[in-house]
Amino acid sequence: MTGLPLVYEDTPPPEVAVSERVAADRSTREPVLLFFHSAIVWLVIGSVFGLIASLKFQFPDWLTSQAMWTFGRVRAAHLNAVAYGWASMALVGVTVWMVPRLVRAPLFQPLLAVASAVLWNLFVFLGIGAILAGWTDGLEWLEIPYPIDAVVAVAGGLMALSVLMTVANRKTKHFYVSVWYALAALVWFPIIFVTANLPIFSGVGQAAVNWWYGHNALGLWITALSLAAAYYLIPKVLGRPIRSYSLSLVGFWALAFFYSLNGIHHLIGGPVPTWLVTVSITASVMMFIPVAATAVNFHTTMIGRFGTLRHSPTLAFVVAGAMLYTAASVQGSIEALRTVNRVTHFTHYTVGHAHLGAYGFATMILFGAMYFIVPRLMNREWPLPGLIRWHFWLALSGIALYFVSLTIGGWLEGVYMLDAAKPFADVVNVTKPYLVARSVSGTLLLSAHLVFAYHYWLMVRGRGPQRAEPAWSDGRTAG
Amino acid sequence: MNRYLVIFFGAVATVTFAFLVLVGLPGVQLADVRAPAALKPYTESELAGRGLYTSLGCYYCHSQQVREPSFGSDSARGWGRASEFEDYLHDRPHLLGTMRTGPDLMNIGVRQPSRDWHYLHLFQPRAVAAYSLMPSFPSLFAVKDQAEMGDEIVNTPPGLIPEGKVLIATREARVLVDYLLAMQRDYDVRPAAGGVR
Repeated sequence: MTGLPLVYEDTPPPEVAVSERVAADRSTREPVLLFFHSAIVWLVIGSVFGLIASLKFQFPDWLTSQAMWTFGRVRAAHLNAVAYGWASMALVGVTVWMVPRLVRAPLFQPLLAVASAVLWNLFVFLGIGAILAGWTDGLEWLEIPYPIDAVVAVAGGLMALSVLMTVANRKTKHFYVSVWYALAALVWFPIIFVTANLPIFSGVGQAAVNWWYGHNALGLWITALSLAAAYYLIPKVLGRPIRSYSLSLVGFWALAFFYSLNGIHHLIGGPVPTWLVTVSITASVMMFIPVAATAVNFHTTMIGRFGTLRHSPTLAFVVAGAMLYTAASVQGSIEALRTVNRVTHFTHYTVGHAHLGAYGFATMILFGAMYFIVPRLMNREWPLPGLIRWHFWLALSGIALYFVSLTIGGWLEGVYMLDAAKPFADVVNVTKPYLVARSVSGTLLLSAHLVFAYHYWLMVRGRGPQRAEPAWSDGRTAG
Repeated sequence: MNRYLVIFFGAVATVTFAFLVLVGLPGVQLADVRAPAALKPYTESELAGRGLYTSLGCYYCHSQQVREPSFGSDSARGWGRASEFEDYLHDRPHLLGTMRTGPDLMNIGVRQPSRDWHYLHLFQPRAVAAYSLMPSFPSLFAVKDQAEMGDEIVNTPPGLIPEGKVLIATREARVLVDYLLAMQRDYDVRPAAGGVR
């Protein structure tokens, strides 16, 4: 790491920088590893739920004798395991690790963050148990009953206290871009989560709250923290600063303003005022601005350095994630247009889009971040770099097949549904081969996760070969 | 940026503004809308059925919103008139749904008024629609040697259950079907404020 140009301002002398980073990593080791262990367990559990849900389209009479295994519960268990168990816990882990490095101060009271991880697990565990047992708030993304939500409110509060106090103890004058996103996300998530869980809404108004929350859980929480990670890792691994400070400012504020208004595009054609839908469609299209700003920043920082991808697992995953962010965002803007949404609404096309964002973008970036962070916390290199290659290609081919099959199948489903001459049986039948392909892709993704989980287990248990060089390294790249 | 407060207030302001626009303003616009007289509140058993519908996650595959004719073939498929804001005034949680892996159910009670059809369909969807991807729900039923007092017997086609047995709808199946049959939004509605859309 020594000798690389630093990516943030307030640059201390290199030897000070190194010792500060070591101190920061020492302070975050326990909580970050606990968040990562947990996230990976939830990833595997969530993928199993996802695959069961998908297979139920091929075998609708499989696992039906008990209500707890019915599609409607397994699907919700999948979403909650991957959104709140995997993505949220992994992103919090990355944030807790990253912020002390960026503000040049060790983590404030690491035990707060450890307690947060423990409670967070309790929340996901109880939440999924409640869903499987049939106790639910009945709203997509908000299934977990609100008494259990109180657990994660405390968990989030403890973590936020630890991170914010770290920021208050900062030695830097300026905040790097990643810190903006992290700080804003720590403000946004509690606001949207608490508001949306208030038991005071009903009818169409509740649907509006539901999708204001649902879209912002992706936009202002998962996306914000994933972008924070990418903004840190791309320049860090490349050893060159991000292209433009001004562009990252535009990207940040435009995301804050436009993303938060997107939600009602989930109710296009529904029983809500036309002007309201138009506001959300307009904001969705305006998302081109922050997406373009971020894309130009990421991709021009990469230009001329693509050869590096072969020598850094971190960069391979993060750059794939950044590219799929651009793709998913552009697709999302187009999908919100009435003419397109008329076809795609209510179909599997939307599910394909959701996975392109949550998996292709956020999850790939998280994998990349873990490949960078864990060696620094464990003071050892990944033992079996070949497994990282398997992980990468299984994950990438899995999400590619997932996206392509549901995009085509969902589009056909939508076209058939619009044609009143086609009986509903045809609408269902046309999707069937694509749903088989989705189960195949789900199997690829689960395999990718098992490879990763095994390798991670070797890594943290100190098993496998001890290696001196970072994985895939040609001697110039770092992780 | 070097000030925490700029980020803090900026973040609070953007998300609050969005909430006021997306939830607050329409709430004010539609605050005076009253339920149509023809829209009866759910009975106790219908509410119990609605709770079961929610807990089994039926809404992940069935929408409850009919789009306007200009926006799709919904009405032409016999799913009813376009749904309006006031059709949902008794709904908590809302069950508008986002997928149509199965058909829309806003008017399933009008379209399919037979209790027996619903029982059979819930017990084994493929007994009434061979193409169906819907899970079967055997746990809502009991297979008995003979019916007891008060049992609701389901008429089954040959071969669906073992010879000499009877299929009984449990209380859960009965309230769920009560709810499905109550899904009737076929009264005339004069949309609020000349139509919100």
